[in-house]
Amino acid sequence: MSEVSSVSRRGPYVSMITSRSVNLLIRAAMLFTVGVFLALVLNLLQVQRNVTLFPPDVISSIFSSAWWVPPCCGTAAALIGLLYPCMDRRLGEPHKLKREWSNVMRCVAVFVGINHASAKVDFANNVQLSLTLAALSVGLWWTFDRSRSGFGLGVIIAILATLATQLLVYNGVFQYTSPDFLYIRSWLPCIFFAGVITVGNIGRQLALYEYKVSQEKSHQD
Amino acid sequence: MYQTTMSSTISYVAVPMSYDRIISLDARRCPRPGRTRRLDGHQLTPAPRMTVRERLRQNISAAFYRHGLLCASYPVPIILFTSASILTCCYPLLKLPLPGTGPVEFTTGVRDYSIPSHESQGDLSERPDWYRGPPVAYIQQVLVKAAVSPWGNSLVPVDVFRSPLGRVFSLLDEIRNHVYTDRSLEALCLQVTDLLPGLRRMQAVLPEHGCLLVSPGNYWQNRRDLFDADPDLLKTVHQHEPKGLHTSATLRDLLFGVPGKQTGVSLYSKKRVVTYTVTIALSSYDARFVGSLRARLKQLHPSANCTLREDHMVHVHFKEEIGIAELIPLVTTYIILFAYIYFSTRKIDMVRSKWGLALAAVVTVLSSLLMSVGLCTLFGLTPTLNGGEIFPYLVVVIGLENVLVLTKSVVSTPVDLEVKLRIAQGLSNESWSIMKNMATELCIILIGYFTFVPAIQEFCLFAVVGLVSDFFLQMFFFTTVLSIDIRRMELADLNRRLPAEAGMPPPKPGTLRPRETPPPPRPSPHTITLQTPAFRNLRLPKRLRVVYFLARTRLAQRIIMVGTVIWIGILVYTDPAGLRTFLAAQVSEQSPLGEAGLPPHLGVAPVFPGGHPTSTLSVLPAPEPTPLPENQSQGHRAARPGVAPVSSPQITWGSEDEELWRRLSFRHWPSLFSYYNITLAKRYISILPVIPVTLHLSPQEAIDTRHPQDTQHAPPPPPSIKTSDLQTDLTLYKVAALGLFAGVLLVLLLFCLYRVLCPRNYGQNGVPHGRRRRGDLPCDEYGYSPPISEISPLLLRGHSMDIECLASDGMLLASCCLAGQIRVWDAQTGDCLTVIPNKGLRRSSSNGCWEHRDGWDHISAFEVEGIATDFREPGGAMGGPDVDIFAIRRRTTPARPALFGDQPDLTPLIDTNFGALPPSQALSGSGFDFGSLVEKAYQEHEPSPVLVFPPSPPASQQRRRSLGDQPVLPPELPPQSSADWDSSVWAMELRGNLIATGRSTGKLELWDAVEGSLRCSNEDGVSGITALAFLNNRIVAARLNGSLDFFTVEINKPLGLLQYRGPPGRGSLPPSPCYSSEDVISCHLTRSVQCAHQKPITVLKAAAGRVVTGSQDHTVRVYRLEDSCCLFTLQGHSGGITAIYIDQTMVLASGGQDGAICVWDVLTGSRVSHVYGHRGDVTSLVCTTSCIISSGLDDLICIWDRSTGIKLYSIQQEVGCGASLGVISENLLVTGGQGCVSFWDLNYGDLLQTVYLGPSSEGQSVRQLLVLDNAAIICDFGSELSLVYVPSVLEKLD
Repeated sequence: MSEVSSVSRRGPYVSMITSRSVNLLIRAAMLFTVGVFLALVLNLLQVQRNVTLFPPDVISSIFSSAWWVPPCCGTAAALIGLLYPCMDRRLGEPHKLKREWSNVMRCVAVFVGINHASAKVDFANNVQLSLTLAALSVGLWWTFDRSRSGFGLGVIIAILATLATQLLVYNGVFQYTSPDFLYIRSWLPCIFFAGVITVGNIGRQLALYEYKVSQEKSHQD
Repeated sequence: MYQTTMSSTISYVAVPMSYDRIISLDARRCPRPGRTRRLDGHQLTPAPRMTVRERLRQNISAAFYRHGLLCASYPVPIILFTSASILTCCYPLLKLPLPGTGPVEFTTGVRDYSIPSHESQGDLSERPDWYRGPPVAYIQQVLVKAAVSPWGNSLVPVDVFRSPLGRVFSLLDEIRNHVYTDRSLEALCLQVTDLLPGLRRMQAVLPEHGCLLVSPGNYWQNRRDLFDADPDLLKTVHQHEPKGLHTSATLRDLLFGVPGKQTGVSLYSKKRVVTYTVTIALSSYDARFVGSLRARLKQLHPSANCTLREDHMVHVHFKEEIGIAELIPLVTTYIILFAYIYFSTRKIDMVRSKWGLALAAVVTVLSSLLMSVGLCTLFGLTPTLNGGEIFPYLVVVIGLENVLVLTKSVVSTPVDLEVKLRIAQGLSNESWSIMKNMATELCIILIGYFTFVPAIQEFCLFAVVGLVSDFFLQMFFFTTVLSIDIRRMELADLNRRLPAEAGMPPPKPGTLRPRETPPPPRPSPHTITLQTPAFRNLRLPKRLRVVYFLARTRLAQRIIMVGTVIWIGILVYTDPAGLRTFLAAQVSEQSPLGEAGLPPHLGVAPVFPGGHPTSTLSVLPAPEPTPLPENQSQGHRAARPGVAPVSSPQITWGSEDEELWRRLSFRHWPSLFSYYNITLAKRYISILPVIPVTLHLSPQEAIDTRHPQDTQHAPPPPPSIKTSDLQTDLTLYKVAALGLFAGVLLVLLLFCLYRVLCPRNYGQNGVPHGRRRRGDLPCDEYGYSPPISEISPLLLRGHSMDIECLASDGMLLASCCLAGQIRVWDAQTGDCLTVIPNKGLRRSSSNGCWEHRDGWDHISAFEVEGIATDFREPGGAMGGPDVDIFAIRRRTTPARPALFGDQPDLTPLIDTNFGALPPSQALSGSGFDFGSLVEKAYQEHEPSPVLVFPPSPPASQQRRRSLGDQPVLPPELPPQSSADWDSSVWAMELRGNLIATGRSTGKLELWDAVEGSLRCSNEDGVSGITALAFLNNRIVAARLNGSLDFFTVEINKPLGLLQYRGPPGRGSLPPSPCYSSEDVISCHLTRSVQCAHQKPITVLKAAAGRVVTGSQDHTVRVYRLEDSCCLFTLQGHSGGITAIYIDQTMVLASGGQDGAICVWDVLTGSRVSHVYGHRGDVTSLVCTTSCIISSGLDDLICIWDRSTGIKLYSIQQEVGCGASLGVISENLLVTGGQGCVSFWDLNYGDLLQTVYLGPSSEGQSVRQLLVLDNAAIICDFGSELSLVYVPSVLEKLD
């Protein structure tokens, strides 16, 4: 980072500092969009279990019941997606494992698949569900991240998010459509973990563009 | 998978001889991981006893090698075999029903019908598994066909349907009030409650809180009075129709119960028969009640000649409907899947046909999936999962990675090998990782299998079979396709590459073409920064900016296109029945048209009595005695006269009426029930045989029921059919015109979008990634033209021919051109300090020089300038004199301090002066001995006290002084005369202020860089010096015959006199020792290694007390500098060594003509890693602390991880780009290109900037590039040198 800023002080990089913040904003906005989109889609997946053939108000109910959930997810995604590359840089161990968009896409697909499985597949009991999802999530991490920092951050955020959700539920701010409380609790941390890994992956990939973007910005100015 | 490995391993064991032969043939050229380790004599850790893992690995590698050879040798049979096996495996798929959400039917008899039990009964094999339990409802339809007959001329078109529709109310009453043994309809029918909220609009029409019984009467709330009061029936019917295109059942379909076209409720109906149904949904089936209702209705309204079958009831099972809520995630997964495939196949690089290989990759994956499904079906595992849902995940699990890895591995094998060897090598290189990945994936899937969740187990089963078949296809199909592709590329490559390589000898490409025309003078160097489009594909898209992304991928257009396709697909897929209805209606409309087109003309023709075949179907009520209610008989009576004059409506019953509901949309029933929040998904309904009802109405009745306004509709004129034809035609034209308009609008919209997204001449640049044309500002793909940057190169001019050697020690810069002229420049300012002339130039301006030289002491500088200019004119120096003088003066004047205020600026004259030097060599003795050196040195510096020096001159002034000194240096000439001017300089090194030059005659010379005097020379060797290394006080010279000479430079002078050059401010720079001019410098051969290499030494590098040589004989040798002792001979390359890098940290990297890069540990001599990165020679190698950067003849720059040898990424440069590399800082890379240098960010592989050296330098590539300590870059550029400062980096160093 220090190199970047020192480079940016001179010559054609004059406008780099300003454009870096712009770039940060763009990245945050993209991550936010991704988060909102994923939240909506996954919410739909979860809702699907109970919908009838022609639900005229599925869409509206999604937007009305807890309108603040997708924005929250988006904000969290933006934060996490920015946090990951930042942390990589701080810890000095850049994420070297296959930094390619195809991998990111694969990761996203697996994440959606995990959600799909949790929504569609009928499990015998909650322990089985939890174990399967946990194994899948760790597999996701192993396949696409493999960095200790990523794992740690993922676990911490998953725990915090689960706690926060439970607090919200206890306070009645938010409730699950399904009354099966245990069921919800069993899949929530794994989904959070997988989501954190996925969003972190996206964020890291986006961070690769930082130079490029700032360069383009400086040209435009 | 393991089985495959095992079998191939076994086959390998069976034929070890042949394999060994292959290896021995190829051992030199194709070092494989397993073998070369043992071939390598200097490997310090030769595994004496291989572990099981090693053996397994080697066996796998060998098996893959053989397999690759096989595939590449017989491509066509293998592809045929693979296709055959794919087709065979997919054959069972034919038996599978096509996946879809269409309803499934099952027909049973009515008589012995009983509600199916919930338990599955194994014996009834033909009974589908969904046929259990009671249905949601039994549907009883009463099909009414009504007509006013005979048709009279007094009737208006509305009469066609008003009175027939009016009869529905009495019919409804009849049905509602029907009672059979105290069972009424109320007790049996399906009771419905509220409509769903949100359907308020339909509340008036659909029944609520009662029987689900729909009929056209619902339009008028089943009230006759409302019907009679309705002035416009058609409007009432149409006002409930949805606007625009609809895919599901409409209200009209629901109420009429027949497809809209067949109702006959139209002003232009030609048949004049109105058809509608009364639909009753029964919750329970009472055969007797239904039977009595049927009998009653038949009795009331008999349908003569009606032979509808009444013995079958059809059970219709509806699958789960894909609603919008389910569609969104599905579409999302597919989008992700496509993005994955897109990004994956983009990575395929360096092949002949990118698209072909991408297609092959996708085909591989898809057909492996199909094969897995087919195989599973073959073994009796019928898929129960929703195929469409799990498909993307299966693709993602199987993945395209292996295919890509395979491609990459094969294309990174040396190009000069035969195709099948390349394939074999590529396969065997990646065999281990492929097998490891397979094993890992299989393990993961196995773990998934043991979750004992049925769905996951099934998924895993599919995935396993898919993985295995994918492996099979990869090995056979894709490898073969790849070999074909590579073979194609070989040919194309040969054509393309040969001319480019011809002019470029690998080690130090000395261009032999003389420059006939110097570049025209130009006011300022032309620099441009640009995001070169050629580098866009270097890795993955680097674009964040959405607009660019959209523009490049044409995303908007593609999305619109895909959206259209999806929309059409949905249309066809979800409502095939609707389309079918439409088509059927079209067809049926066509055929009556044909029939109806005839009767008006032949209307009176005696067709009717003639027993025409069509008349058998027609109901002719007349001859039949009918013991019927009065109205019916009236109808009959009325019908009889009507038949002859006008085409009278005829009610016919055909087999198509039996199951008229089939022609409805298959959404008909689900949507009807969904209005009451009853889902039919995964449930079924039973449709009872229809009850036919025929109504004949008399014209009088029709007239009676008329509404006053009905007559206002003008009766259709006699050629009404014609007009209706016209009408349909007109609507057709309207639709066509509308469609055309919409299309044009869409095109315009797209065009605007396109213009907005791609503002400039996008797509007109010819080859998108091709080279930029000069003249116009280079703009990238989108017409984005970057602004002029601030980095401007400093052009150092003076050489008349192309620059051959370049050396620098940070402060000074020495360059030597093909003409043999050596120039010394100040690396900071770009001033030319010294010119060491050569004979060629002297000869060209020979006569009259003596006088000139003699007069030098006396002539004022102004005159000198004039004369010098004059001299240069006839001398015909290559660069025009104006240019030279202009260039130098322009460069130097601004930076020049007012040093000699009273003296004119002499610097522009320097080269001129030396260009005019007389051929002193001829006069002086050609001998050279060290003994006379001392005297000469004294002589040289005799005149120096003449000049007055400032008391403590700063370094730059010192240099100026020496500049000024030069004109008064005639005694310098004798030593110069001993210099060898006939031979050309092949190698040059600069340390301190000593320039060491190695000549083609094998002579080593030491020049004083500042004063331009020859300090000593050594002629011990005869073979040409190809490379020089100058470290501390030692010079190592590599010779053409492969010998290596070590010289020691001795300075006979007290050490205290050694001064340090350089301004005090530059403390960070390593000070170079300065040999003062008083010192006596001698250079003597300390050791000569005669046969260091068998072939010419191509590269020589020295660092950290080691001297490393690379030779054409494929080996690298490491010597210790102190005692010139050979430490290691490093073998491992299969081609001549072309590039070597060694630095202070004892890391040695070498690149060869085989495209391989080896990293060695200099301390132990062991090979750390060995990678193939280039097709063709490795031309240049640089290391940073974390990575190795290599460039090759294939215009590729590869960045490798230094510790692991993994390729991080590669940068494809333009064709013919220079191969020079330099690392400015840990993450800033400089590469030379065609007339430009590019700066790259090493961390991300991004192009930061491209600096153009001149506007007209196409074809001039930068061949040498030096990075100075002050972060300046010096590179050769034809006959010029270019000094580029990187200001930001300069700042950073401070």
